[in-house]
Amino acid sequence: MAELKLMKGNEALAEAAIRAGVDAYFGYPITPQTEIIEYLMMEQPEKRTGMVVLQAESEVAAINMVYGAAGTGKRVFTSSSSPGISLKQEGISYMAGAEIPAVVVNVVRGGPGLGTIQPSQADYFQSVKGGGHGDYKLYVLAPASVQEMADFVEDAFDIAFKYMAPVLILSDGLIGQMMEKVYLKEQKPRWTDEEIYKMHNDWATFGRKNGRERNIITSLDLKSEKMEKRVHRLYKKYAQMEEEDLRYETIQCEDAEYIIVAYGSSARIAQKTVDLARAKGIKVGLLRPITLFPFPKKQLMELTKQVKGILSVELNTGQMVEDVRLAVEHKVPVEHFGRTGGIIHTPEEILEALQQKLIKG
Amino acid sequence: MTEELIIAGFGGQGVLSLGKILAYSGILQNQEVSWMPSYGPEMRGGTANVTVILSDERISSPYLKLFDTAIILNQQSMDKFESSIKPGGILIYDPNGITIHPKRKDIHIYQIDANKLSSEMGNKKVYNMVVMGGYLKVKPVVQLDNVVEGLKKSLPERYHNLIPLNVEAIQKGMDNLVTINEVSVLN
Repeated sequence: MAELKLMKGNEALAEAAIRAGVDAYFGYPITPQTEIIEYLMMEQPEKRTGMVVLQAESEVAAINMVYGAAGTGKRVFTSSSSPGISLKQEGISYMAGAEIPAVVVNVVRGGPGLGTIQPSQADYFQSVKGGGHGDYKLYVLAPASVQEMADFVEDAFDIAFKYMAPVLILSDGLIGQMMEKVYLKEQKPRWTDEEIYKMHNDWATFGRKNGRERNIITSLDLKSEKMEKRVHRLYKKYAQMEEEDLRYETIQCEDAEYIIVAYGSSARIAQKTVDLARAKGIKVGLLRPITLFPFPKKQLMELTKQVKGILSVELNTGQMVEDVRLAVEHKVPVEHFGRTGGIIHTPEEILEALQQKLIKG
Repeated sequence: MTEELIIAGFGGQGVLSLGKILAYSGILQNQEVSWMPSYGPEMRGGTANVTVILSDERISSPYLKLFDTAIILNQQSMDKFESSIKPGGILIYDPNGITIHPKRKDIHIYQIDANKLSSEMGNKKVYNMVVMGGYLKVKPVVQLDNVVEGLKKSLPERYHNLIPLNVEAIQKGMDNLVTINEVSVLN
C-alpha cells in the first residue's frame, strides 16, 4: 500500500528514487537542491536496497560517474541546481550522443551566473534547446507538485530506458522546497544482475559473457556519414517521443476565451489566477505542459480556434513564449508575463498582466 | 474550508516547525496541505516565514499575496505583512518587541504574549506551541488530538516525552489570547 507522508519536493524525489529500486546517485550539494543528497545520505539506502549514494568532488565528476555507471545498464541519477547543471552539460551531451539512459534533476534557481538561490524558470532554453553542444534533445518532465516530484522519478527512468537517452526532470526552488502530502509507492527491488544481463547485454559494458562481441559506448564517430546516421537515429527517437510520450494537462479550457500556458510552479500559481479571473467573469483556462519536450504544439494550435489570446507565464523574461508562438503560427496574439531573478509572481499579478496585455490591449 | 495562513517572525522562534505541525495535523484530518517556506540565507535572529494552506480541495497556488490569517512574531514581519491580510481576516501577534502596533480597523486583531507565557512555563522552546494555542482558539482549523498526532510525526522520537508539555503550552495559549480589535464579519 502507498504510504502517506508530508515531505519537501526534494525529499519526496529522493525517497521515490530509493523505492523505485534505483541503483545509484552521484551528486554535489547546491541550494535549493541540497535536500536530495542530504536525504539520501541520511537515509543510507545502501542498507535498504544496496543503492549507492556518493558525494562527488564536483558536478563534473558526478555527471561522469553517472555516465560510467549508467553504461553498465544500471539505473543511475544525479541532481543539481542551475549553475551545477551548466557544469554537467558536457556529460549530458556525451550521454545523449552515446545513447545512455540516465536521469538528471535540475531544481532551478535564478541566474545567470551564481544568480540567486530563490526559485526561477530561467533554465527553460537550456533544458529544451540542447544545453550542451550538438544535435540532441532531452525528454523534459516538469513536476508541479511534491507528488509529481515523487512520481516522475520512475516515469523518467522508464522513458530513459525506452529511448536509450538521458531524461531531465526540470523542477525549481518552489517545488523542491515546499512540503505537501505525498503518497509513496511500495519498495520495488533493484534489477538483479541476471535481469540487467537479459535486458542490456546488447549494449551495456558490464563484462563480456559467452564470447559475445565487445560493446563500445562512445559519442565519437570520426566518419561523418556514420555520425550523420547517428544524429538521424536520435531525431527519429525524438519524433517518436512526440508521437507517444507527450504529456500535458488542461484546466477549464473547454469554454476559455483566454489561455494561460504555464508549467511547474508557475502552473500552480496560474491555477489560482484562473479562479480569480472566473470570479470576475473572465473565461480563462490553463494549459500546463507536463513535458516541455515534447511540447503540446497541436493542442495549442487546436485552442486557437476558440481563444482570443494566450499568455505564457514563466519565472523568466520570456523563453517558453517562443515555443508557444511557434506552435500557434501567429493565429492569435501571444504575450509573456513573468517575474525573474528569484521573485515569484502572485496570482493577482498574473491576472493584471492578462487583462493589460490581452484584454485591454 | 480553505485557510490561507502566513506565520512570520525570527529564525529560531519555531516559525517553520509551527507550520509543519499544523500541516501534519491537517493531513490527519484528510485536508490538502501546502507548506512553503521563505528559504534563503536565513539564520537564528534573521527573519523567517512560512505560508501554510489547509483546504478541503486541491490547492492551487502555494504562494500567495493575501492571507486569511497572519501570525506575526516580530516588527519586521508586522511591517511586511499587516497589509497582506484580507479584509475581515485575522492578525495574531506577539507584542514583545513590537513598537509600531497594527493600525488596521478592518481585520480581527489579537495579542498572544507567548514570550512571557513560555518563560513562565520554564521552557522557552514551547514558545511556538503557545502561539499555536492562541491561533486555534480563534481558528480551530484542526482538532487538538490531531495536533498531538502531528507533534508525534514532526518531533524525533527522543522528544516525545515533551509532548505533554507542548499540549500544556497550547492550552496556555488558548487561555491567554487577548482581543484587541474585532470586526463584524469573520472571514
